[in-house]
Parts: sequence; structure tokens; C-alpha cells
Amino acid sequence: MTASRLATGGNAIDRSRPIRFSFDGATVEGFAGDTIASALLAGDVAVVGRSFKYHRPRGIWGAGVEEPNALVDIGGPRATPNTRATTEPARDGLVAKSVNATPNALADRNAFLDRFARFIPAAFYYKTFMWPDWHRFEPRIRAMAGLGTVDAGWTSPDTADQINHHCDLLVVGAGPAGLAAARLASGAGLTVTLVDDQQNPGGALGHRAGEVDGKPAAAWIAETVAALASAGQLILPSTTAFGIYDHNLVGLNQRHLDGRPDTLWRVRPREIVLATGAIERPLPFANNDLPGIMSADAALAYLRRHAVLVGRCIVIATNNDSAYDVAVALAEAGAEVTLVDIRRDGTPAAPANVRLATGRALASASGRLRVDGVTLDNATRLDADCVLVSGGWTPTIHLFGQAKGKLAWSDARAAFLPGDPVDGITVAGAAAGAVSLSDVFAGVGKAFAGQANAATPRSTGLEATGGILPAWPMPGSKGRIWIDYQNDVTVKDVELAARENFISVEHLKRYTTLGMATDQGKTSNLPGLALMAGITGRTVPEVGTTTYRPPFTPVPLASFAGARVGELMAPVRRLPLENAHRANGAVFQEYGGWLRPAHYGGNADAERSIADEARRARQSVALFDGSTLGKIEVIGPQAAAFVDFLYYNTMSTLKPGRCRYGFMLSENGVVFDDGVLVRLDEHRFVVSCSSSHVTAVYARLEEWRQDRFGRDAVYIHNATSDMATLTVSGPNARKLLETLDLGLSLDDADLPHMAVGHGTYAGDEIRIARVSFTGDRSYEISIRADRAEPLWAQLRQAGKALDAVVIGLEALMILRAEKGFIVIGKDTDGTTLPHDLGVEGPRAKRQSEFVGRRSLFTEEASRDNRMQLVGLTVPQGEAPLPTGAHGIKRIDGRLRSQGFVTSSYQSPTLGRPVALGLIERGAARHGEAIDIQNLGKISKATITAPCAFDPAGDRLHA
Amino acid sequence: MQLFPCPFCGPRDETEFHYGGDAGNIRPDGAEMPIDRWAGYLYLRTNPKGTAREIWVHMTCGEFFVMERDTVSHKVLSSAALDGEHAA
Repeated sequence: MTASRLATGGNAIDRSRPIRFSFDGATVEGFAGDTIASALLAGDVAVVGRSFKYHRPRGIWGAGVEEPNALVDIGGPRATPNTRATTEPARDGLVAKSVNATPNALADRNAFLDRFARFIPAAFYYKTFMWPDWHRFEPRIRAMAGLGTVDAGWTSPDTADQINHHCDLLVVGAGPAGLAAARLASGAGLTVTLVDDQQNPGGALGHRAGEVDGKPAAAWIAETVAALASAGQLILPSTTAFGIYDHNLVGLNQRHLDGRPDTLWRVRPREIVLATGAIERPLPFANNDLPGIMSADAALAYLRRHAVLVGRCIVIATNNDSAYDVAVALAEAGAEVTLVDIRRDGTPAAPANVRLATGRALASASGRLRVDGVTLDNATRLDADCVLVSGGWTPTIHLFGQAKGKLAWSDARAAFLPGDPVDGITVAGAAAGAVSLSDVFAGVGKAFAGQANAATPRSTGLEATGGILPAWPMPGSKGRIWIDYQNDVTVKDVELAARENFISVEHLKRYTTLGMATDQGKTSNLPGLALMAGITGRTVPEVGTTTYRPPFTPVPLASFAGARVGELMAPVRRLPLENAHRANGAVFQEYGGWLRPAHYGGNADAERSIADEARRARQSVALFDGSTLGKIEVIGPQAAAFVDFLYYNTMSTLKPGRCRYGFMLSENGVVFDDGVLVRLDEHRFVVSCSSSHVTAVYARLEEWRQDRFGRDAVYIHNATSDMATLTVSGPNARKLLETLDLGLSLDDADLPHMAVGHGTYAGDEIRIARVSFTGDRSYEISIRADRAEPLWAQLRQAGKALDAVVIGLEALMILRAEKGFIVIGKDTDGTTLPHDLGVEGPRAKRQSEFVGRRSLFTEEASRDNRMQLVGLTVPQGEAPLPTGAHGIKRIDGRLRSQGFVTSSYQSPTLGRPVALGLIERGAARHGEAIDIQNLGKISKATITAPCAFDPAGDRLHA
Repeated sequence: MQLFPCPFCGPRDETEFHYGGDAGNIRPDGAEMPIDRWAGYLYLRTNPKGTAREIWVHMTCGEFFVMERDTVSHKVLSSAALDGEHAA
């Protein structure tokens, strides 16, 4: 091949803007408007990559999305592997590298693999690498497999945009059909969005001849685009519609020339026109994968768009009329052209200056790193520096197939066409099997009949004809005939699959990899199916197609991620006092979606900080930010009946101004959440659920409200983040609060344990609940979130005189474990019933209905060997038990789990470890010794009651 | 991505919704309820091919509603507020 850039022409390039980029380390020159492929062709670069399996040299095949060979890895900040050179715009300074080639495409050191091709047919490794163990071979095979290389260390410097968009009509493809449809719809007053994967509109009219309404095609395209733009319609070039999803959601991948990441569009059009054109197929002959063998239509596109003449001495092989225009154009451009048509009769007239051989097909091509000639089926040898092939056209009906459209086989077109219509989708132009411009416009006109008030465009020039004689790959052919270039699938591989009974298309695909990888078989699927049909004596429609699935072309994962990366992947909820805690040396961790202080005193020696906090909290007074605690209000005439139904415990007997601890169960009886319910007045409660369960509890309350009680019976308001909750706990808690003016009596007679009082702080209403999660006298003060900071500051200031300590969540966990207070989901699991936690009363006594009730009376719930909550102590001087370690027992010589440790801490106050666990029959085994096993080591523990500190509860009132 | 019609907010993206189970799976009350009926309420689902009546919740507005849809074609046939239908 001696390809070259012509001195004039090229409707896509701007010769005033030369560019340079690098390919495999060499400098390539081009012009703005070039693709990487057109610039490489202009520089006569024949070998652009190596094939997937045999490392055969490969050249550019096409001029668009169908490209199977010319994949390149783009480097730099916008690094992207496996980019199609035929669609990637050439940019100044771009660094591109061929795929699957070491060190480069021209001199690949794995090229020797091709000589072993006969030993590595389809599926060879399924059969070969079985003994002794596949995993021995896997690492090397994995290292060799694949095309482009992903740089694992690469991260995107910025995030991709995502745009949601609505319109009346989405037109996919800005060729003649798409432009006509968009213009008619625009004229009818619809909002239209027109997308095209090329940089310039026009589709095939960009390189094929045509005349519309008496004007040259280029003028009509420009006029139509201008009309759409002035009507305010959205036109997106360099944008590929890659998928149609449920309810006609269309995904668009928009590429930018300025180096921004691709934009993902989610479009919800009312109607869709698919004017996606058609893709040219290869022809079967031996060595049909050599560099220099190209799609005939692509050669014409490179000539017209980029002024690149792909060869000097060109053989064109065809089975249809579309190659004749290509022959004429190349001959006019100065190439010596021989046209070889498989058809004996019914061919168009021989073009001027073109040698025509009819009734002949190519038998084989020859050449090493590029094609140097062909041999016809009558053994005639023709020299050639470029071989163009046209095996007919496959309508691009992928999106129609994705929308679950059924396909119908057309003998006249030798292709699948759209079958029964799909709601909201019209297929137009070449995608619908139209060949001539007249047919294209007639089809579009029909789709808009009665709707359009503008005239449908008319073709006034010479018309293309669609004559074709199918030329499918035949079983038993001589030589190595490629079906799928990208996956190195040959005729022999398909024959092998058939011999081994992988004759269903889906099996064929998976067994041979036909139609897989980045091009998804855009050029290879139909020839592959037709070959399978030939081998098995079926028709092509009997063989059928594989399922069409998105994406039509690869889409960067960054597009789907959008801004949801890093911290925004799962945003944490933040405390209103976060800044105050930071200033105070807090170390933050995420707990149940909230970013909360784990402990204070910085990162150094965290364990000691936590122990100090837990010890000092028992000595005088502790301050704790409990703002994440649930505050869901239940209000309304049936509020009492409602909380009775939702809680395991009877709550309606609670007096206004008092609090009660209780469980919520799920319908299968399992404890779902625990917490305190506050009754503010007759018809108003506050559900104080666990911090991490707020969303789920709120949803559950809403469900029962709407599904059982009715919207008028109760009203539910989640006020969790409206208020901050500051907890003051410890023997000196009351003494500390008395130094503040809180506008209410803190006398135990007025505000006893499990009561709630109302006061004011600096003019804002506050609520104080005497609820304790530490076992010490505690006050939970709730105040408007935005007014919490002065109160927190004053508490800390006043606390100095009392040696108050600010504690984080880790210290609180120690304090509650000392008391045997549980955390649902940590000290319980998905089988824990309320009586396993020692709360038997409601199950035994309640008469009214509640969530999960029936499940508490099943055989399973009444088993006598259920796991029950216990405390665990270790012998003097031993370290805390590992959380998750199992209690074990030897039964019939085998170790059996008796349950496990759920919480375990060193208690600084008690000077020994404390632990909680779920142990079989644990409630009846207090005082019993049990073996605890962790990572093969067995240690001793004693089962106790869960509460290890102040079991009488005196400190609540101290 | 399907579009579900919330009776309160209009058509919204399916990611805004959570599935709430079969419609008409009425809770049998009572501690003495035959265990088979209770188990059926808890665990047995119809999983129909074709038209299904289901409870969905629109997470962004918090409202539960009944939606009829075709599990094969994914066509939404109707959606209506829960009001009254299940209320005791």
C-alpha cells in the first residue's frame, strides 16, 4: 500500500491548521479534522496493531464505529485504552500507542504465535489447560489476553458531566434520513434533538454522491443544519447514542475536542427516530485480514473527507452495486483500479477507467506486513498495494434490537431489517433497508405523514442501486479466512464449534468469542451466523442473532460515575457541631453514615485517650454529642394506638412527660431497633431510635401509618437533624447543669429518671430527657441545631470547674458495655428475638396486636436452646476477648459453636475486660465456665449477667 | 431505567422508588393465627409473569401506592394512592 494525501480536497479537514501527534513513538502529521486513522493513512502507516490471539499484523479496516482492528491506547491525562483510531479526532500533542504489541505494532515479539495457530483453535484452552490445574496457567494466559492496557495508577483529573434531557423527538444519526426527519419534526413544532457520532453532519452524504431539491448534498446538509439551529433545536455532533433502556431512556456518549471528559446524556424523548445507517461487511477469502485490506466505503470516505488516497494500485472486490461509485472515485483520483464482482450478470455498467472482472471472487490475498496482491478463484494473480472489499450492508439496528424490536430477514438486502414496529420508535434510512436517496426520503415522509407542514426533501440526482448477490463464508473453504478480525475467529473456528455442537448463536459466540469485545461484531456477526447456517443446513433467520445489549460503543466508566467519586460516592452526614469538635482535637470516624468524633486528643495514642475518657466519665461528668440520635415525632389522634402497634412493649400506658425504653420488631419477630419513646403529651410522641436506624425506622413508621392506620390517624415528622442533642452524664451532671440558666427545675422530684422536661436556653426552647446510655445520671438536652454551639461552649466552660470530660463514641461504647446495654445489630443478629435479650414480659402478657407478634410463638421462637444475651468475664489479668470469637463445646469429639462474643472492651473503671455475647441457653448458665476459641486458640471465660457495673442502678440517681 | 408514576409527584425515575411487596397481602392479626397463614403473609410471593399489582414507595415524597405493571413488557398499567384500600 502506498497511501498518500492528495494536494486538494477533503471536506472534513482544515489545511490551515496542521497538527502533530505521536503513534508508537513516531511523529504523525495531519490536519485539524483528521481522525487518528486518517492521519495514519495519509502517512502511509499500514500496520496499526496486532490481533487479539495470533498477534497478526492488522491495518485500518473502516472509517467509523465498526472498526475492529485499529484500536489505540491514548496516553496522558485523558488516558483511554482501546480507543478506535477511526473515530478519535487527531489532536496536537496526542500520544497514541498500538494495542497488543510489544514493543510496537510493526515489530511485535509475540508475532511467532501465528505459526502455532493450528494448535490453538477456538476454545483450545478449555481443553488444554485442565491438567494438573487451570490456575497454574491462568496468570500467564491472563497476562497475554486482552488488547489495550489500563494504567492501574491512573485517576481522572476531573469528573465527567451528566445531563438529563427531555425532548419531543430524538433523532439518532444526522445522515440524509436523520436530517430530513429532524427538519420535518422541527417544522411541525416539535422540540428535536439530533445526535451524530461524527464531527460533521451528513452521514453517507459526506462522501457519497447525491443531490437534494436540486442542490448538491453539501449545500442541502448545511441549509438543513442551519434551519434546525435557527429553530433552536439541539444538535450534538461527536455524540453516540449507545443504548436504549426501559421506557425509551436513551444514553448518549458525547465526546469533546477540548480534552474534557466525555459527557453522559440521559434523554427521555417522547419519540425516537433511528437513522443509524448501515455498516459494510467484509468478504471471505484467505488472508482477508492483511493490512491494506479495507472496507470499500471507508476508502471513499477517506478520499472525500480527508483527501487520502488509500493506494495506487487498487483491487476492489464486491458482491453488490455500492462498490462501483468507489471504483469511479478512486480512478478519478488517479489510482489504477480493478473491480472484481462476484456476479456474472446484472452488474452495473463498467465504470470508465476501471478494469472490471465479473463472475469472479478473490480466493486469497498475499503479503507479509501489508497486502501485495490477490489471487482470483480462476488462479489469476493481480498485484495490488490496497484491496478494498464490499460484502454488502448490515443495517445498524442495534438500538432497535435493544428496545426489544424483532428483526425480519430480507432476501433482497441479504440482511436483517427492523420487523414489527416498537412503540415510540421509527427506523429510517439505510437502517431500515433503504438504498436510494428517494427511498430514504420516502420512508421519512411516510413516518411524518399528516404531521409535517414542510415538504419532504426530494432526491434530484443519480440514485444508488441495491443489487447484491450474497457471498457468505462457506464451510470447507481453503486457507485461513477471518470472520471476526477483532477476536481472531476464522471459518475453521466456526466449523469446529459446529462439530462440537455449539450451533446455537449464543453458544457459538461464547465458544469462539465471535462478536465479542469492543466492536461487538459489527462487521462479523452476520457473516458468522450465515456460515453457521451454511454448515448446519439452516437459513440465516433460522440461526437468528445474539441478543443486542448496550452499549453500542464503549463508554468510559467515568461517565457513569459522574460526580459520584471520592467523598461524593457515599456522602457522610455531618454534625452541626463538627467544627467545634475539630477545634477540640476530635478524631472523626463514620458511624452508620454519620461522621462523628470517635475520641478526642488527636490521633496519637488513641487507645489511651479512649480509656481516659471512659474512666473520667464515671468520676465526675462527661459531655457527649448525641445529635444523631433519632427524633421522629408521631402526632395525631391515634398516635398512642400507633406506637403500641409498632413497639413490642405497651407504650400507650406511658404518662405525658415520661419516657420508656422499648424494642421495635420486624414481622418475623427479630429485634429491629431499640430506643426510648418520649411521650410529650396525649397525642404526641418522639421515637428516639438508634442513630444508624433513623431512615429505616422512619420508613417503617410511614409504611404502617399509610398501610394500616390511614393518613388522618397519625402524622410522622422526622426531626432528627432539626435538633442537636447534647448529653451530660455522670455523678456531677446535675451540678453542672445547675450552673446554667435552663429555665426549668432540675430537682429529681420534678425531673426524675425517665422523665422529660421543657426549658429555654438563650431564648430557645429546649427539651431535657433523663435518659441514660451510660448507667450514670444523664441529661439529654435537645436544642435547635443552629443554636447548639453556644450551649455546647458554655457546658464545656462550666465543666472545667468539675473536671468535665468530652467523650467520643468509642468511650461511650465502653460505658454502655460495662452496663450490659446492647447495640442492635452488634449485640444482636438477624435471629435475635426480644426474649433472647431477657425481655419476656410483653410476649407473655400483651393482649393487643403488635408488629412481629405471631412470630414470637413459633416452634423456632420457643426452642429451649436459643442464643441469649450474656456477659462474659475472663480470669484475672487476661486481655479482653476478641469480638467475634466463638464459645465452644466438645460434642461427640467435635467442637461445636455455642454462640459468640458480640462486644468486648477493657473497662478502665473496673480495671478488667468486660464483654457481651450471645450464648446458647446463656440466661440459665450464669456462673458457668465456657471455652472461647479464636483463630485456633482456646481461652477460658465465665458466663455472667450482662451488667458488669452498678447492677442495682444506684448511679442513675446518685 | 423505568419511569414510575407516583400518584402524588407524577412520573419519576425508578431509582427514586422502593418495592414494598405484593398488593393485597393483607396482614393476618392475632397470636393464634394459623402458622401457615402467617408464613404465607411473611414469605410467599406470587411472582406473576404478566400483570402484577404491587406496593411501591416513592422515597423522595414518602408516599406508598399501588402500581399495576406488566413484568414482561415493563409497561405501567396504573398507579393509585394507597388511601383507604388497606386502612383498617
